[in-house]
Amino acid sequence: MKTFSIGGVHPEENKLSAQSPIRQASLPKQAVFSMFQHIGAPAKPVVKKGDVVKVGTLLGEAGGFVSAPIYSSVSGKVSKVDVALDASDTRRMAVYVDVDGDEWEESIDRSETLVTLAERPELDSKTIIDKIKQAGIVGMGGATFPCHVKLCPPPGQKAECVIINAVECEPYLTADHRLMLERPEQILVGVTLLMKAVGVDKGYIGIENNKPDAIALMTEKASKYPNIQVVPLKVQYPQGGEKQLIDAVIGRQVPAPPAIPINVGAVVQNVGTAYAVYEAVMKNKPLIDRVITVTGKSVKTPSNLLARLGTPFSQLIDECGGLPQDTGKVIGGGPMMGKALISLDIPMTKGSSGLLIMNDKEAKRAEADPCIRCAKCVGACPMGLEPYLLAQVSSQHQWEKAETEDIVSCIECGSCSFTCPSHRPLLDMIRLGKTTVMGIIRSRSQK
Amino acid sequence: MNVILIAVIVLGAVGLVSALILFAAKEKFAVWEDPRIKEVSEVLPQANCGGCGYPGCQGFASACVKAAETGSLSDLNCAPGGQAVMEQVAGILGLQASAAAPKVAVVRCNGTCDARPHGVEFDGVHSCRIQNMTGMGETQCQWGCLGEGDCEAACLFGAIKVNPATRIAEVDESKCTGCGACAKTCPRSIIELRPQGPKNRKVVVLCNNKDKGALATKECKNSCIGCGKCVKACKFEAIELGTNLAHIDPDKCRLCRKCEDECPRGAIHAFNFPPRKPKTQEEQA
Repeated sequence: MKTFSIGGVHPEENKLSAQSPIRQASLPKQAVFSMFQHIGAPAKPVVKKGDVVKVGTLLGEAGGFVSAPIYSSVSGKVSKVDVALDASDTRRMAVYVDVDGDEWEESIDRSETLVTLAERPELDSKTIIDKIKQAGIVGMGGATFPCHVKLCPPPGQKAECVIINAVECEPYLTADHRLMLERPEQILVGVTLLMKAVGVDKGYIGIENNKPDAIALMTEKASKYPNIQVVPLKVQYPQGGEKQLIDAVIGRQVPAPPAIPINVGAVVQNVGTAYAVYEAVMKNKPLIDRVITVTGKSVKTPSNLLARLGTPFSQLIDECGGLPQDTGKVIGGGPMMGKALISLDIPMTKGSSGLLIMNDKEAKRAEADPCIRCAKCVGACPMGLEPYLLAQVSSQHQWEKAETEDIVSCIECGSCSFTCPSHRPLLDMIRLGKTTVMGIIRSRSQK
Repeated sequence: MNVILIAVIVLGAVGLVSALILFAAKEKFAVWEDPRIKEVSEVLPQANCGGCGYPGCQGFASACVKAAETGSLSDLNCAPGGQAVMEQVAGILGLQASAAAPKVAVVRCNGTCDARPHGVEFDGVHSCRIQNMTGMGETQCQWGCLGEGDCEAACLFGAIKVNPATRIAEVDESKCTGCGACAKTCPRSIIELRPQGPKNRKVVVLCNNKDKGALATKECKNSCIGCGKCVKACKFEAIELGTNLAHIDPDKCRLCRKCEDECPRGAIHAFNFPPRKPKTQEEQA
């Protein structure tokens, strides 16, 4: 069975919510829409206090090419346009909507009937990309890179295949897994749309072997599409990393930055993105909701919720049995790459794939001991870097050295910190170095 | 015996020839260095703090000698050495030292633990830069002092320390040379270099919160809410209102302390004044 070639670790899977079907979360009383739900330029609010909005009304227009518009996921009245705490743990511009009823824009097709590409022959590449761009779709795996940007390769580059990331290598998370079990046909139509958009006739869906039911179902449904191949992959973290997945599925290595996946002919999109693309193109529905896993060892009913964007996390936790007594940390995303939240009032965004509630025992970080030079981190790094060295030069502020040691290649997967027997906070230090070096490189290129 | 003698003669000859070659090379390829650079370097404090903007004291000395050609030292200042050292440097170069006002660092935050409770606990690496990268930090204020002590680590003179009681960095003015290393390292740009002022006295807005008033009030009891009362109270037009934040221009401020009395939030502090009323005694730093 295939997997990526360098490094990798095996964290405990803990997929507690794998058997719980996707449940519709109830509407919030007030929804808050951050204008920073994607990588790139923030969206610009186009509504003002007092405006009446419906589900699907534009709230913020894209602030540039690498940006995405933001739509209301609820109907009601805009109560204010002001800063709000978001999942980045900082206060940034957002639109607050007081919810009243559930009225949808008429252009959205809310029927359940499946529409395939064969029924819509008029759709060409440009129309599909335009619709994706208008719907505000971003990478749903958590990176939130605007989807349409990846579908428009830079001049001189040609895509050869579309790879769908259905790996879900983060422990605990099961949102993509459930989506595949419950909406396989829509996902496959979404894949055909993405393939048409970039003009390729080969699509792969990479699924890790710990989801045999999803592999079986997707393989069965994909038999109708001769161009789409389901690729079972050996379980290994961080297989869901874009570069790792390309290596695992088609055996090509993406060179160090500034090279991007398109340089080796691959366009990678998350399985949730494929589903959102289907809804946007075939049903005219902008990105207003997503599946989120609410889980944790002490959570009463770990669940997969289909929740509207802008819903506060506290409400999602309440729907899964409330915040446990022994909560130590609440993490937005998975345990490996997620981010601890400082408040439960933070609203859900396009990139919220999971909400993990750790008990106080799990949440505590162990005391760091000196490095024993065992080089386990070097063996674990999926990018072939030397994490102990990068952490050391970063802590000593040796930015030039960090740059020559290729710190910008780090994908921040956390395999090094996970594997370190001395519990050294390697990633914390590397992230400091990476951010600083990237800032230096940016200021240099501006000169 | 003969063998030893031959060895000594041969080696001696090789040594002599090599020495001649080296001497010739030294004469031919000698790099002339202005002797004044060494002289200037010797009077500098050798702290290599980088406060002047040059790589160490040697770099500053070269810059001074280079500047001497243009006839002015006005852009150059050695903060730790102060006026005395700059006069010595000017003396060596036969110039007039420009009168640079000595500066000290001021930490523009007074969000003590009571005023700005630490609601969550940060358990990552204890560094302000790293904590700042993760977002807001432990308090609700995204502008204030993080209290992890990056400035303390950056200071070569032991002049700035985080007070464990308030979790805010405090400057020891007697040790501060105004080199600015702390201001450069602070990820939230809270530390400002201000002129020392007559008798070390100065009036400063000790807050960096640029949020709107209502939010700033919630975040911290001692925050500046940008109400503008101080601006109206000031007769010398020394106070400017930026983004919801007042700033006192040290060059215009006449130290009358009207703004301090007027501030409804207690965000304006007067340093090194003699006690004037019993109730304001605690505010004296």
